[in-house]
Amino acid sequence: MYPPRFDYYRAASVQEAVQLLQAHPEAKVLAGGHSLLPMMKLRLAAPPVLVDIGRIEELRGIQDLGDRLRIGALTTHWELERSDILARKCPLIPEAAAQIGDRQVRHRGTIGGNLVHADPGSDLPAVILALDGTLHLAGPNGTRQVAARDFFLDLMTTAVQPGEILTAVEVPVLGERTGTAYLKFEHPASGYAVCGAAAIVTLNADGTVAQARLCFNGITSTPFNAQNVTDALVGHTPDDATIEGVVDQHLHVGDPMGDVFASGAYRVELAKVFAKRALKQARDRAQA
Amino acid sequence: MGVPIRVEVNGRVYEHTVEPRLLLVHYLRDVLGLTGTKVGCDTSQCGACTVLMNGLAVKSCTVLAVQADGAQITTIEGLAKDGELHPLQQAFWENHGLQCGYCTPGMILAAYDLLQENPNPTEEEVRHGLEGNLCRCTGYHNIVKAVLDAAQRMREG
Ligand SMILES: Cc1cc2nc3c(=O)[nH]c(=O)nc-3n(C[C@H](O)[C@H](O)[C@H](O)COP(=O)(O)OP(=O)(O)OC[C@H]3O[C@@H](n4cnc5c(N)ncnc54)[C@H](O)[C@@H]3O)c2cc1C
Ligand code: FES
Ligand code: FES
Repeated sequence: MYPPRFDYYRAASVQEAVQLLQAHPEAKVLAGGHSLLPMMKLRLAAPPVLVDIGRIEELRGIQDLGDRLRIGALTTHWELERSDILARKCPLIPEAAAQIGDRQVRHRGTIGGNLVHADPGSDLPAVILALDGTLHLAGPNGTRQVAARDFFLDLMTTAVQPGEILTAVEVPVLGERTGTAYLKFEHPASGYAVCGAAAIVTLNADGTVAQARLCFNGITSTPFNAQNVTDALVGHTPDDATIEGVVDQHLHVGDPMGDVFASGAYRVELAKVFAKRALKQARDRAQA
Repeated sequence: MGVPIRVEVNGRVYEHTVEPRLLLVHYLRDVLGLTGTKVGCDTSQCGACTVLMNGLAVKSCTVLAVQADGAQITTIEGLAKDGELHPLQQAFWENHGLQCGYCTPGMILAAYDLLQENPNPTEEEVRHGLEGNLCRCTGYHNIVKAVLDAAQRMREG
């Protein structure tokens, strides 16, 4: 299967990529190609022009900026998985990246492509939402920043406007006594998340919950922030019974997705199970 | 539109002008005649088309030839040296790690990539490392056995 015909331009810099997108309004950006090329081969997408950003050096790599980390959009899942900086300062991202697809896919797929593609079964969207990340975009009118909570608009639709590219993702460095966990129930054939839960728990010195975040992939069309659950946890000692009770009482999923493999009701059940497991694991890690 | 590319495959440099939509797997098979690399699913799932690109295993049905411009590629044809099978090839043979052989080139290159990173994997790690490669006939048991055997041969040099 060949993809449909297209013209190909390779950008050497962000500036050139933005110019190429301006000159070719029908163009699509090509990063790792591991969502776009399969779609083109199946004729689900047929862009007449591809702008390859895969060699733009300034879009690569992970930087420690003190209170936050900056991850270039072209950083591959494989690089996320192996980054020393992330392992020390933001282990939630490598934990999720390691669960994406298989090693061949992780060698090519990029964090930017994963977030902009915004497949509801992708693993990184809920992680970046849970971390309260910021997405950096470059376009014809310069650069702008979008908070993760404003980035995912609908199924495979984000705040990235035509002509813009995602250049980097920034996440805050988490404080002391914080633990994180990403747990996933994967589709047995595709490997995508039927339900993926990202949890962050920060404890006070007395062991009660100071702050928490719990976000899901897979159960709704955009990553779902279970704010009710985490609000109800704050101030409590997070023993198993408390976590289970709070999840059972407060996890309400408005509009769950269903398909032939997993109905909406089943995904909500999965979300409860994975919420409990992820919160307990994050708590254990916060205590360690 | 034709795009010039320069690719090093199994140590030999090739230069061609290709259509942008040409997939790496078709470049290898149809332009270079290296038909060891197989097309199985053609939908990025099965791993039959796995080759090494700059040392890392990739599914060549999901990489454009133009994306491989400037890269070093290793295919199954590049593993044997001076008529001697690579330890992975020898171990697949001796452990009955193949029946029809269709998945084998991809399996071997994915295993090669895994062993480069982890020369002494557990059985579990081999199974996990090969999750991107499907075999429809041998069953994974002997494939895993072959990879563990090859790992030992390679460690003993
Ligand atoms: C077999 C297989 C299994 C997979 N399993 C999983 C899984 O379990 N979990 C998971 O999360 N993902 C999975 N994926 C998807 C994989 O993570 C993709 O690589 C990723 O979603 C897209 O990244 P990419 O770099 O390949 O993007 P591309 O395919 O190049 O691009 C995807 C989309 O994003 C746009 N885009 C890309 N980068 C930018 C940018 N910087 N700025 C603006 N637009 C951009 C493109 O125009 C395109 O629309 C799987 C893929 C395959 C083939
Ligand atoms: S042919 Fe490429 S993954 Fe199956
Ligand atoms: S040996 Fe036939 S598919 Fe694996």
